[in-house]
Amino acid sequence: MASGTVAVAPNSCCFHVSSAKPRFHSILMNHPPKSSLRMRAQGLGISETFSDLRRQGRVAFIPYITAGDPDLSTTAKALKLLDCCGADIIELGLPYNNPILDGPVIQASNKRALAGKTNMEAVISMLKELVPQISCPIVIFSYYNLILARRSEWFLSALEDAGAKGLIVPDLPFEESADLKREAAKKNVDMVLLTTPTTTNKKMKAISDASEGFIYLVSSAGVTGVRDTVNRQVQFLLKEIKEKTAKPVAVGFGISKPEHVKQVSDTIDLLLSSLVSEINTSKMLLQLSLWGADGVIVGSAIVKLLGEANSSEEGLKHVESFVASLTAALPRGDQGLGEEHASSFILQQRRKLWQVPRSASSSSLHQHH
Amino acid sequence: MAATATSVLGNPNLGLTKPPPSAFFGVRVPPSLERPRRFSSAPRPTLAAAVSCTMTNGATVVEAAENRTPGVGLRPDPFGRFGRFGGKYVPETLMYALSELEAAFWAVSKDEDFQKELDGILKDYVGRESPLYFAERLTDHYRRPNGEGPHIYLKREDLNHTGAHKINNAVAQALLAKKLGKKRIIAETGAGQHGVATATVCARFGLECIVYMGAQDMERQALNVFRMRLLGAEVRAVHSGTATLKDATSEAIRDWVTNVETTHYILGSVAGPHPYPMMVREFHAVIGKETRKQALEKWGGKPDVLVACVGGGSNAMGLFHEFIDDTDVRLVGVEAAGFGLDSGKHAATLTKGEVGVLHGAMSYLLQDDDGQIIEPHSISAGLDYPGVGPEHSYLKDLGRAEYNSVTDQEALEAFKRVSRLEGIIPALETSHALAHLEVLCPTLPNGTKVVVCCSGRGDKDVQTAIKHLQL
Repeated sequence: MASGTVAVAPNSCCFHVSSAKPRFHSILMNHPPKSSLRMRAQGLGISETFSDLRRQGRVAFIPYITAGDPDLSTTAKALKLLDCCGADIIELGLPYNNPILDGPVIQASNKRALAGKTNMEAVISMLKELVPQISCPIVIFSYYNLILARRSEWFLSALEDAGAKGLIVPDLPFEESADLKREAAKKNVDMVLLTTPTTTNKKMKAISDASEGFIYLVSSAGVTGVRDTVNRQVQFLLKEIKEKTAKPVAVGFGISKPEHVKQVSDTIDLLLSSLVSEINTSKMLLQLSLWGADGVIVGSAIVKLLGEANSSEEGLKHVESFVASLTAALPRGDQGLGEEHASSFILQQRRKLWQVPRSASSSSLHQHH
Repeated sequence: MAATATSVLGNPNLGLTKPPPSAFFGVRVPPSLERPRRFSSAPRPTLAAAVSCTMTNGATVVEAAENRTPGVGLRPDPFGRFGRFGGKYVPETLMYALSELEAAFWAVSKDEDFQKELDGILKDYVGRESPLYFAERLTDHYRRPNGEGPHIYLKREDLNHTGAHKINNAVAQALLAKKLGKKRIIAETGAGQHGVATATVCARFGLECIVYMGAQDMERQALNVFRMRLLGAEVRAVHSGTATLKDATSEAIRDWVTNVETTHYILGSVAGPHPYPMMVREFHAVIGKETRKQALEKWGGKPDVLVACVGGGSNAMGLFHEFIDDTDVRLVGVEAAGFGLDSGKHAATLTKGEVGVLHGAMSYLLQDDDGQIIEPHSISAGLDYPGVGPEHSYLKDLGRAEYNSVTDQEALEAFKRVSRLEGIIPALETSHALAHLEVLCPTLPNGTKVVVCCSGRGDKDVQTAIKHLQL
């Protein structure tokens, strides 16, 4: 993929070849992928990306994956895939063996990545090669001890070299973040700060003022992982933040629900349940867009698909279709936010359901409702 | 946040402007026993306080700084730092709960009723004060051929209810949780003693109790697992990582992040984010306070050397804290050297670790060059932790306390030795402190008073001992 590539025909946007696509997949692909609407120069920063999207009336889709899960070459492919097939910004996590803010899915992901001996150097060299080939800005997600061990100066230089545009450190409190932020600014790396439902109003304002790139709104008290619905508080918090700042706000944690069905040999069941989870997830994304989020961050769902698949190719394929369905839920520039978009989206989802062959697996469909 | 900082700074209980011992928890010591303020060692270079935060009240920080005795800084300062160690390195979700906890802590420290209630429980339920016992046969054992040698005393925390020092902290935190209106308690545990102590106080106060324990620890401390369940607690096995204390702590933190509004986390040691290192130390400080009083009664003086085992460091801090300003008292911590310091399989954090962030605090920890946490090993579950309390890191850097280590083998030998010489079966954790006497005592002048914190009893360790000892 040459840098700066823009319009790409639907099924050819992704480099890997899959033979027979399941039927529901072709329905999803009736909508052109995000990339054809993107007129984005390569190397754009985070703020510019958001401004661009705002002008187009679009909500940013921000997937998260762990570097090295299942291995770095899959990560590189996944980054390219996400870049071309729907992501506007990509969060890349550095594997750590004590991820206290992560739930079981990302914990397992970290473990797999470390088992493959993924370390900082390897990730940086992968990024150095990859970043020139993609157009999404990359934000690095790293626990603080990894930064301390290498010293922040070295760490941030490495990020700058690799072309990363942002940094999120979940266990560095706002009160302690000033020094790192200063050093990051020198290397043109945006420090993205997190605010949560338990943060006091006064502190939320201070965090909003200090955060660079965007403000990361954690949707509920808890660790990363799946939820069934979006915390209602988010609507209120989004409003509060937006009253005080024009900075973009992206919502993360528990936004999506990956299929949690056991691995069944019956592919129909798998298709149905993955479809149901896609619908659930899409509902949540739609909800957030309607509440005014400028971006949505999806982590565990994608990590699970990528890391728990039987093979790298299978994982990438699942991610591709999952992301396509998610991004279909987000408003695009040609349609406004509101009833029309919502109803056309729902109709589209219903059509998908009718298309899937039904057999004895209708029971599992009811289970997930 | 600023309000809390001011109340913290204004509080005379903080740092070196220390109150008379009677003002805080536990033992009421008559004012005549107040220590004169002296600091006889040569002043050490003051460590720069590495704090930068926009929410400080500058004037009061300066005031506090002027009151400082040269050498040792605030322990901790208003931001929870001991020099460069400590702090609150936790996800933002927990920050409010930590502030709330700190405010509650200061509130109860001035609350007479709370103090009275706590004193009553410590006396009638826990069984304080614990004896300071002269270990005659151990003293004989260390007597040199010319008849000279130190005098060994054991501070009998093993005689507390539940069999270890952990109950001091558990009781006080349970009362604090009730004050905060939290009905659900979570805890992590290594050896199970803190888990048992937590389950015990939850039973006593009618609170829901969930204890996280590494699956591997559950196997080697089965007695304690049973006790916890009998006491009504839910014990959740943690399988991630090495399935030991570090992983149980991480899982407890995750639970707290998820349930922070309804749940109080009773952290079992002087590790973790501020205010825990300070709080847990204060709740255990009764150990040192009683020791001072008892030493005066027994021999009309102070101890010369204090020895304690260090995992997270709670029993050591409890014993040491009272005597930090008495520079003629030597403070000796003993960590676990597992299979040996060079084997790569140990838990000697202060000897072999590097400074980093673990479980919310900046402290020494066992990590590799990438910053990944190294899996420690010790035969004793309670010392099998790759981190250490930030205050210990501080005391080590200052040179105020010395830290050594003892192998699994040496600990087992001490386990047997003390059982045979004194009829006291010590916990394997405590055995590490007792094992260090072998190296320490030959160097001590005649009549040196050594107090070893006998932090727990060894019943829970018999299964392990059976595996390793030929009796």
